Amino acid sequence: MGEEPVLVPPGGRAAAEEAAVPLPGVEAKVAEAFYVAPNWKLVWWRFRRHRLALASGAILLLVSVVAAIPGFFATQDPNEAISTELFVPIQAVHLFDGGRLRPYVYGVRGERNPKTLRMEWRIDPSQKIRLRFFGRGYPYSVLGLFQWDRHLLLPEEQSVRVHLLGTDRLGRDQWSRLVYGTQVSLSIGLVAVFLSIFLGILLGGVSGYFGGWVDLVIQRAIEVLQSLPPIPIWMALTAALPRTWSVERVYFAITVILSLIGWTTLAREVRGRFLSLREEDFVVAARLAGCKRRRIIFRHILPTMASHIIAASTLAIPVMIINETFLSFLGLGLRPPAISWGVLLQEAQNLQSIVLAPWLLLPGLAVIITVLCLNVLGDGLRDAADPYH
Amino acid sequence: MQEQPILSVRDLRTYFFLDEGIVRAVDGVSFEVRAGEVVGLVGESGCGKSVTGKSILRIVEPPGRVVGGEILYRPQKVSIQKAQQANGFVDLAKLDPMGREMRSIRGAEIALIPQEPMASFSPVHTIGFQLVEAIRLHQAVDEEEARLIALERLREVGVPSPEQRFHAYSWELSGGLRQRAIIAMALACNPALLIADEPTTAIDVTTQAQVLNLLRSLQRERRMAIIFITHDLGVIAQVASYVVVMYLGCVVERGPVEDIFHSPQHPYTQALLRSIPSLRTPPRSFLPAIEGSIPHPFNRPPGCPFHPRCRSFMPGTCDRQQPTLQPVQGLQWASCFLLHPAPQGR
Amino acid sequence: MVAYVIKRLLLLPLLLFIFSVFAFFVIQAPPGDFLTSYIAELAASGTSIDQQQIDALRQLYGLDQPVAIQYVKWVTRVLRGDLGVSLDWQRPNLQLIKDRLILTVSIALLSLLFTWAVAIPIGIYSATHQYSWADYLFTVLNYVGVATPSFMLALVLMWVAFKYFGVSVTGLFSPEYVDAPWSLGRVIDLLKHIWVPVVILGIGGTARLARIMRANLLDELRKPYVEMARAKGLPEWQLVLRYPVRLAINPLISTIGWYLPQIFSGSLVVATVLNLPTIGPMFLRSLITQDMFLAGAIVLIYCCLAIIGTLISDILLAWADPRIRMEES
Repeated sequence: MGEEPVLVPPGGRAAAEEAAVPLPGVEAKVAEAFYVAPNWKLVWWRFRRHRLALASGAILLLVSVVAAIPGFFATQDPNEAISTELFVPIQAVHLFDGGRLRPYVYGVRGERNPKTLRMEWRIDPSQKIRLRFFGRGYPYSVLGLFQWDRHLLLPEEQSVRVHLLGTDRLGRDQWSRLVYGTQVSLSIGLVAVFLSIFLGILLGGVSGYFGGWVDLVIQRAIEVLQSLPPIPIWMALTAALPRTWSVERVYFAITVILSLIGWTTLAREVRGRFLSLREEDFVVAARLAGCKRRRIIFRHILPTMASHIIAASTLAIPVMIINETFLSFLGLGLRPPAISWGVLLQEAQNLQSIVLAPWLLLPGLAVIITVLCLNVLGDGLRDAADPYH
Repeated sequence: MQEQPILSVRDLRTYFFLDEGIVRAVDGVSFEVRAGEVVGLVGESGCGKSVTGKSILRIVEPPGRVVGGEILYRPQKVSIQKAQQANGFVDLAKLDPMGREMRSIRGAEIALIPQEPMASFSPVHTIGFQLVEAIRLHQAVDEEEARLIALERLREVGVPSPEQRFHAYSWELSGGLRQRAIIAMALACNPALLIADEPTTAIDVTTQAQVLNLLRSLQRERRMAIIFITHDLGVIAQVASYVVVMYLGCVVERGPVEDIFHSPQHPYTQALLRSIPSLRTPPRSFLPAIEGSIPHPFNRPPGCPFHPRCRSFMPGTCDRQQPTLQPVQGLQWASCFLLHPAPQGR
Repeated sequence: MVAYVIKRLLLLPLLLFIFSVFAFFVIQAPPGDFLTSYIAELAASGTSIDQQQIDALRQLYGLDQPVAIQYVKWVTRVLRGDLGVSLDWQRPNLQLIKDRLILTVSIALLSLLFTWAVAIPIGIYSATHQYSWADYLFTVLNYVGVATPSFMLALVLMWVAFKYFGVSVTGLFSPEYVDAPWSLGRVIDLLKHIWVPVVILGIGGTARLARIMRANLLDELRKPYVEMARAKGLPEWQLVLRYPVRLAINPLISTIGWYLPQIFSGSLVVATVLNLPTIGPMFLRSLITQDMFLAGAIVLIYCCLAIIGTLISDILLAWADPRIRMEES
């Protein structure tokens, strides 16, 4: 049906505008609630209707909790290598036993293959290893604040070890490593995006607000950076990081390298918004009222853009996560003993190890699920960010 | 002398099936169009006048659908054996909207002048390409013949140097020229009925007058019937000979243009005409406006759709029963309980 | 149109300058000069190099001079077509790259083709059948496709092919053709293998492109010119293909500009996993062995390929959309 202009009697628009003034009525009240609600409320109302995005948000919340206190979810120290338990297969958790919540896993039995001299593990259904919630295990630090030794799920007997997602070629527990990798991979994505947002808002805002030659220079720079193939560039840069650097320094350097190209997308978004908002009536009004530039930018333009920036940043995080995975997978990103999803996937780099231990591919599933949820969430936020459309 | 109508819309209903509910955009609309007659369809935004036009062409898009009523049309050129009734009418409401029969009527028999001339041409195809396409869809001519017809049409609607415009893109033309080009496209196959959907809304007043004059002269030359959809009563007074006033998907009043303007019967028509400024009103007085606003489509009031805003609202009658369209005087019909008391016994 | 292309071409020298500086930075980046590490490596592997040779190399690369002069020397050599010699492979870099360039570019172009050929029909179907079950299915698949890193796909495919079908999908040639000269048999053998990396690389882009196509087409389908074309009596499928699809594809053309660099990026990792004889694995190896002149040369090549991609997409866009042609000239 489209938007039609209101009935215009010949002679004047003013008359028609008067005719369009609504009477206070029941539906007018609903409409009023809609028109006077603050922007964030409108965004939330619309977002709430996007069920898939809500579900993704819930999953991501869970992943974030894991990332915040990985020690609680781990079953053992992620870097502890047990040379007698190489390539142990997945010991799946059974939550219920006889209709009651009594989690257990089946034990494994190893036999040495006489030909290849390799240990070959088999799940042994005769052997039930009972697990218990909130047992005491190895001590870990919670957010660097205090030490704790409670864990979500541990074998009842302290001497037994279980490997919920199997072990790798050095006999390290993959579940515990995955949990710690979550912390690193998620946080790298977040930190890199924060850096990108900072650069993007700064340069995009400057470009959009001032226009002219400043805009031209920044736009050309963005074009040049965006026309580069990102991975070779990142690889060249990360390869240049000295081998002697500590894990923390490499971590920080990689976030900087990732955001070096990442900011361009956000800057474009911010600039586009700035350009359209600059012409909006409320900005013009603020300028005519004598507001200073800084006040216009920080009090009027930026708050209006906030929801867009959040949506764009949410969509930028998965890109960062995937790129870190790429780099670490190739051995150019984080280096052991640091653990990230990419570092874990390095173990599955060739056919032999995958055939021998398919469970080494599981960290990839973590990447896919997280990235998927972030994309769905970001799309939901972006759709909700335009509440009046 | 009354001619036989070429189009007779009877109790047309077009509903939109949305997740939130059903919007009854057109809810029982009836009127007739005779050959060579200009029928004005007026009403506020959202009253369903555009949807009525689209329903006749059967180009209402999902979730909208023609759900009831008849659109009886007497084809002048094409013959549709399957669906043709004894009296020569075809019920367009019964045809498959995407089917061959309906497509042979669209463009050839009934053409559309759309609301937005700017956006109604594809920006990446030349005007000529789109004109030739329209011509070759319904006429067995080759590319070159079609081109000559297209140039002829452009000349007829007063486009200067048509050979150049033929190769131009729509965004290279001025607003007035673009509107003329759209009219040329609508006239490409000499339709018997033209549906002009707010053809002058998007252009400025001077150009508007030129376009109206053009349409009127074209209409007279070809004895073409026009359904002129607009919200502008002034335009209606200039072009139409018969007026249909719509409110919330219903026809509230219809009649010859003089009767509607000089002796409006329905309170809504009266209120509309009151809100026109007149030379005789004393200076600095307020222009009377219709109180209230159009209800939300999901909140359609029961009974007479206009009763919440009506000055002569009769509690117990107008909000209970829906009035029907009945003759008042001569060719003038209205649907109001003030004119035809409600049947008792409810 | 011509003016537009010329304007684009004028930007090239500037871009090339920036890229050459960057490539040179890559060469310079590792601590110490590369010659020292080269000598150390040779010494470690037991071969020695006489002082005269070292001095000659030092002279050639201007290692004792300021960085700016080293850069100028390097660029002049590059402009003459001399990309240096790989210390790791002991062969001229240009020759090394040339061998692998054709395969790299073919894989990228075929992926692009695959992406378009699959994504556009999906996008059209989804948009014209919005909210149908197939549309939902494609939407879900698109999300999964975007979220899956290409190397994961390669790994899983490799594993499944080996475990359940007993075939190896690595490499681009059967063993008997690996080192054979080009012949019809070798080309056919290549075609038998090349679809695996092409499809793996194309999946992510296909998902992205199908989503853009669907959104664009949905926007276009709501525009008045569609209604006008329908009112003319045009058959529905002809109408959709002739007008809105045509307009919805236009913005996609500009995605080639950023998509080609992405494919080169992705192909680098996939090629490493699948062990393909393309530039990617060679680049990775050059970075790890610090064969910096080769790495620098490859960076330069990647950048040039990316610029060519952008240029092609710009020209295609101007060719396809008269509005852009007008605006720019």
